[in-house]
Amino acid sequence: MTDARRIRKVVITGISGRFGRIVARRIHHELDWQIVGLDRRAMPGRPKDIEHHQVDLRSKKARDVFRAGDVDALIHLGVMHDPRARPAELYSWNIAGTTKLLDYCLAYRVPKVVLLSSANVYGPRPDNPQFLTENAPLLASQRFPQMRDLVEIDHLVSTFLWRAQQVETVILRPVHIVGPIHNAPSNYLRIARPPALLGFDPMVQLIHYQDVADAIVTALVPGRRGIYNLAGPGEVPLSAVLAELGRVPVQIPHPVAKPILQLAFRLGISSFPVAELDFIRYVCMVDGRRASAELGFRPRFGLRDTIHAVDEPG
Amino acid sequence: MHTRGVSLLDRWRQLRGVVPDDDVAGRAHDLVIRGNEFGFDEFGLSRSSFRGVMTVSRWLYRNYFRAAAFGVENIPTSGRVILVSNHAGQLPWDGLVIAAACFLEPAQPRVVRSMVEYFVPAVPFASYLFARWGQIIGTPENCRRLLAAEECVLVFPEGARGISKSFARRYQLAEFGTGFMRLALEMRAPIVPIAVIGAEEQAPAINVKSLARLVGAPSFPVVPYPPFFPIVPLPVKYRLYFGEPIWMTGDPDDDEEVLEDKARTVKARIQAMVQHGLRERAHVFW
Repeated sequence: MTDARRIRKVVITGISGRFGRIVARRIHHELDWQIVGLDRRAMPGRPKDIEHHQVDLRSKKARDVFRAGDVDALIHLGVMHDPRARPAELYSWNIAGTTKLLDYCLAYRVPKVVLLSSANVYGPRPDNPQFLTENAPLLASQRFPQMRDLVEIDHLVSTFLWRAQQVETVILRPVHIVGPIHNAPSNYLRIARPPALLGFDPMVQLIHYQDVADAIVTALVPGRRGIYNLAGPGEVPLSAVLAELGRVPVQIPHPVAKPILQLAFRLGISSFPVAELDFIRYVCMVDGRRASAELGFRPRFGLRDTIHAVDEPG
Repeated sequence: MHTRGVSLLDRWRQLRGVVPDDDVAGRAHDLVIRGNEFGFDEFGLSRSSFRGVMTVSRWLYRNYFRAAAFGVENIPTSGRVILVSNHAGQLPWDGLVIAAACFLEPAQPRVVRSMVEYFVPAVPFASYLFARWGQIIGTPENCRRLLAAEECVLVFPEGARGISKSFARRYQLAEFGTGFMRLALEMRAPIVPIAVIGAEEQAPAINVKSLARLVGAPSFPVVPYPPFFPIVPLPVKYRLYFGEPIWMTGDPDDDEEVLEDKARTVKARIQAMVQHGLRERAHVFW
């Protein structure tokens, strides 16, 4: 059925974000696929050959994108994290939206689904082994209900992976993605005097945003399916990352850090939900050996380049 | 040698005279540490931090506990190995002394990675300092990874039963867990048995069970001298006996009883080494 010369078509959710644009650009340049964006936000300044639909994933219009049956892959980046949105709204958007997308993929025979999940789904916990494998339970939502959506989307897509055998599903769980993008770790590392917890300095793993884009492109290769941790170039203490960037952390004793951060969040001074404090307190690192063995994935960027990626101009 | 009629002062001078000059910096330099460009290994161990803690440990090892080590040639100079030792004394000074011995005594110093309890990462400062010094959370996955990287892992199979044993039960080894045996079989790692003499008398404590229940701790040791909690160990003399490596064979997924039997043979070996050490020594403090 699939003609080798036919131009392939990929649907990318969350394309309007900085990272979504980077992924779109990479696929456009390297694979020369036709790109269709799905996002509730507009995409100002998009290239002419990118088709964009400013729609809700749950709407009929989103279904229409798949209806022709010529979509070759879905890349789902559109997990909404907005900490200021109402939890019920977020839940409905994320979970109902993802369920609908998976239904469309099944109904209209999309052969490939790639979900960009996160290593955060395992949760930072004091009793974590130093390196979590893909088989570790996803416990992040036990301590913070705010992580519930992320964990549940991962569960939804893992179930889909086993249920829909005819679809090649790939779940990528990268560690903290850093780069000129807007996510919690990059935002944190851009603060000149970031808060740190007195007496805590966990080992962290970071991954360059271009390496994650590489992994997504690799996941599109036919025949690849499964769940993969993306571990990045190595492990360093958080303090070494901050020192490398020339940041001077403000050491706060952990019993008072929570109320302070909560107040700052309420007043709109900080955009970090309190639950994220555990990421600068406990270890949450992953074993990336499966991705390197089965996908042949190896980060191109070393530790230093990865750390400095946060200061790249956007 | 202990002889009657020698004054305490003479004994003190004698003890002070034999402290060797250790080259801590040189030995720290010779350690095999798999560091990245920032100087940390994947568990957070850094050479400079390890050197710092060994500077302090050396003083404890040489001057405070005046430790003597026998059979250090049984510590392999390289390659994976599981050190298995008896455990006692309310606070894990025995772990520190074993680590110092493996750093100071053999021709090729080695980093000893010991397991810490699951609550340690939640304790400020201990959370990261222990990691910088090479200590790891005691999960089987962590041990497996270190052994696969040809490192040296220290296990106390008596666990909490051992460290909190009361003074009356000193040198009677508590029941061994089987985790170390499963690891040794699975990873094909030799076991070096260690008998530690001294640690079991460093805190002559009784365990007040009612207080332990009250504070929700596994034990509540009380010693008969201020500050009544065994923070500062008595200056006992440590004697460490390193036995010949034991190679176990078998299936790591065998029944628990089979593994218990195998663990018991290691326990018997260490108990015999302990009895030998107790016969050889003249006094608890010198």
